[in-house]
Amino acid sequence: MAIRNKPVDVVIVGLGWTGAILAIELAKAGLEVLALERGEDQDTVPDWAYPKVVDEIAQSARNGLLQNLSKTTVTLRHDQADRALPYRQIGSFKPGTGVGGAGIHWSGVHSRVMPEELRLKSHVTERYGRKFIPEGMQLQDWGITYDELEPHFDRFEYVCGTSGKAGNIGGVKSPGGNPFEAARSREFPLPPLKDPPTSVLFAKATRELGYNPYSLPAANASQPYRNPYGCDIGPCNFCGFCSDYGCINYSKASPQTTILPALRQMKNFSYKTNAHVVRVNTASDGKTATGVTYIDGQGREVEQPAGMVVLAAFHLHNVRLMLSSKIGKPYDPKTGEGVIGRNFCYQVLNSINTFFDKSTYINPFMGSGGVGQAIDDFNADNFDHGPHGFIGGGVIWGRQTGAGPVRGIPLPKGAPKWGSSWKQAVKDNYLHTGRIEAQMSNMAYRGAFLDLDPTYRDAYGEPLLRMTLDWQDNDLRMSEFFGDKLNAIAKAMGATSASGRIIKRGDHWDTRAYQSTHINGGTSMGADPKTSAVNKYLQSWDVPNLFVLGANVFTHGICYNPTGLVGALAYWAAANIRDTYLKSPGPMVRT
Amino acid sequence: MSKDTDRRAFLKGSVLLPALGAAACSPPATHQDDLAASAPAAATPAAADYKPAFFTPAEWAFVQAACARLIPNDANGPGALELGVPQFIDRQMGTPYGAAAAWYMQGPFFEGKPEFGYQSQLTPKQQYRLGIRAIDAWCAKTHGKVLADLDAKTQDDVLKQVEAGKVKSDDLPLDVFFTAFLLKNVMEGYFGDPMYGGNRDMAAWKMIGHPGARADFLEWVDKPAAYPYGPVDLHGRQA
Ligand SMILES: Cc1cc2nc3c(=O)[nH]c(=O)nc-3n(C[C@H](O)[C@H](O)[C@H](O)COP(=O)(O)OP(=O)(O)OC[C@H]3O[C@@H](n4cnc5c(N)ncnc54)[C@H](O)[C@@H]3O)c2cc1C
Ligand code: SF4
Repeated sequence: MAIRNKPVDVVIVGLGWTGAILAIELAKAGLEVLALERGEDQDTVPDWAYPKVVDEIAQSARNGLLQNLSKTTVTLRHDQADRALPYRQIGSFKPGTGVGGAGIHWSGVHSRVMPEELRLKSHVTERYGRKFIPEGMQLQDWGITYDELEPHFDRFEYVCGTSGKAGNIGGVKSPGGNPFEAARSREFPLPPLKDPPTSVLFAKATRELGYNPYSLPAANASQPYRNPYGCDIGPCNFCGFCSDYGCINYSKASPQTTILPALRQMKNFSYKTNAHVVRVNTASDGKTATGVTYIDGQGREVEQPAGMVVLAAFHLHNVRLMLSSKIGKPYDPKTGEGVIGRNFCYQVLNSINTFFDKSTYINPFMGSGGVGQAIDDFNADNFDHGPHGFIGGGVIWGRQTGAGPVRGIPLPKGAPKWGSSWKQAVKDNYLHTGRIEAQMSNMAYRGAFLDLDPTYRDAYGEPLLRMTLDWQDNDLRMSEFFGDKLNAIAKAMGATSASGRIIKRGDHWDTRAYQSTHINGGTSMGADPKTSAVNKYLQSWDVPNLFVLGANVFTHGICYNPTGLVGALAYWAAANIRDTYLKSPGPMVRT
Repeated sequence: MSKDTDRRAFLKGSVLLPALGAAACSPPATHQDDLAASAPAAATPAAADYKPAFFTPAEWAFVQAACARLIPNDANGPGALELGVPQFIDRQMGTPYGAAAAWYMQGPFFEGKPEFGYQSQLTPKQQYRLGIRAIDAWCAKTHGKVLADLDAKTQDDVLKQVEAGKVKSDDLPLDVFFTAFLLKNVMEGYFGDPMYGGNRDMAAWKMIGHPGARADFLEWVDKPAAYPYGPVDLHGRQA
């Protein structure tokens, strides 16, 4: 017999970014909130205190903060006809574990979304015509507008203490900011961070090329800051151990720096660690969630009854929990019907290393996860796609995130990988190498989806989530377009040469080298229950007391980094639960 | 800031930590226990009289010979052997990494497209055990001696052939062993913190101009010039 805990008003699965946001907002609404986190408790001190955490072997080479794949992982394949194989080692994406989730070891690039991306199908059809959408591409509108979300983007930026410069306040262009920016209601909470050498060169070169460089918004604080929850954030010192690492300085926004200190003081909030949720339980009508079942640190099965369930377990786990709890109709790629697993996407990233002569110091060991200069001239639909014949866009940036030698020293094409001449090459290049990247959208396709693997199981006996995904012609042509732009910018920056990865036609999704942890879709949001798993309030269409957060609600892979939108959607959902749902629990959208 | 005050402030954390005001949710005061828990692991830098715990004498000779060729001692600075990299690798075999503790190691195991990464059931320890045995056997068959007993030029030639997948074994793909284990671990040991047994006296960091664990560049990040200070390691030693 399973152990049965005392019921709570709300149980939240996962205590990372979205879990922390929902926990504090629903606790403030007076509900008794319990968060269940599968990993350990952790905090700035002692876990990320200087000097312990600035250890490349422990954090980068041995993935100190990442999900332990021996416990659970996913399987991967390119095509429905293939046998899927397990993701046995960390490669192209890095899910987190423990309190804070991937909100600990993320980088901090903090963008919003371009408004037209939220109504992509309508927008593309209006501007380019229906025929512009290739066969097999599954475009959808998101069922929500940018204007509805604006206050919540703003809220999340002010919680994070985000550094940046507005380009458009209330529709009025603001000099010095990104001229393509969607209207924001006010200036960023903090001014931009100082520019490291890569970003200075990138801004100069792109300006000369006629583009419009701007300071990338960064959730790495440029100044001391106190957020609306009363949490103190310290200025980032460009320590260079940011992505992959917990912040030594209370500078990178994370649940620990921005929410948990206030949340932990609330008497109606509690959390349990080492609580791995395996199922959302439903009543016999199939329409009401009764709570969740988890495996505790001693391996015991525990039932946690709750009046409301929030899935905040990161993309992969949110989708898998929906599938293994049999909530919502699983997607079938053969018929195109069903919603759970539909529209699985993964942001496309091109990354090149730029090599300079010895008089140009980049000092790549300095840097911060979110700092950089970027251009939006080719983002979303900021340029005419007609002549290019592809759908999608991207942001191009010159970031300097911090790089140490264990993380790999990039070398010019043709350089040896070992021996005396390799040694000469690392000595000559290390201090003089920068990196520029294009991060692009990824469209949804009928054949790219998530389901449960028929063969492989995790340490809890549950089937692994199976990913079926490969790059399609539209996205590959887009990637080549961005590859050309990157090479031209590298040249204009004065790089003597460039090497790296540009995804081209003929290439396939490669899960070995790090790409990004920006995986999207699987439980899309939308206005139509036939093509979406949750409504615009992130409420399950099938089980109205279940809310599903995370980038899994995206209907395609957006151009910008996901967390600004993921966080805004979390605040939006929380506000609507508080103001509407609690007053009259039940479906918030009637069909 | 002089080098000395920079350093002192750095170690005390006074340039690192924000002022902890009286706000409702300032981070809690640090307890002694927390401070102890935030210390880095014990430092045991490369020792001259090190005895391998995992490798057999024959394997140890192979690892030392391979280190000496992969990162040779030359005019640019000491090589992997001089900096203790064989010790780093031997010690890593005794960590959870050596046993692949954080990898998904459940079957069934199938070979797949390279894009799907490592699909073998061999742990790092098994990779070394089988990989060294196979390469040494091939050397003995082809050159009459194990790798460690060959001259440097022949060793380089053998390693290049292994890297290119030209040396075959029934036990494991040797090119994978070479790239994903041997060379990867050699690089980690050469450039990692000295407390793990390699990078003796931070010599690899000095060679390339990496400041190690300094981790504070607020006043330097916007200056595209040579950074003036040498490295510090995780135990606060300077070089
Ligand atoms: C290296 C890296 C760099 C990144 N950089 C950026 C960036 O610059 N900009 C950006 O926008 N985004 C970035 N991201 C993405 C960002 O981290 C995520 O979008 C964000 O953390 C997602 O929030 P979440 O709440 O959905 O998931 P998380 O913050 O990961 O939280 C999920 C939590 O749920 C827990 N959990 C999972 N399964 C279970 C279960 N079954 N039971 C109980 N608990 C469970 C996990 O342990 C975790 O703590 C980056 C990610 C990585 C890994
Ligand atoms: S670079 Fe800045 S934000 Fe990132 S970990 Fe270091 S101090 Fe924190």
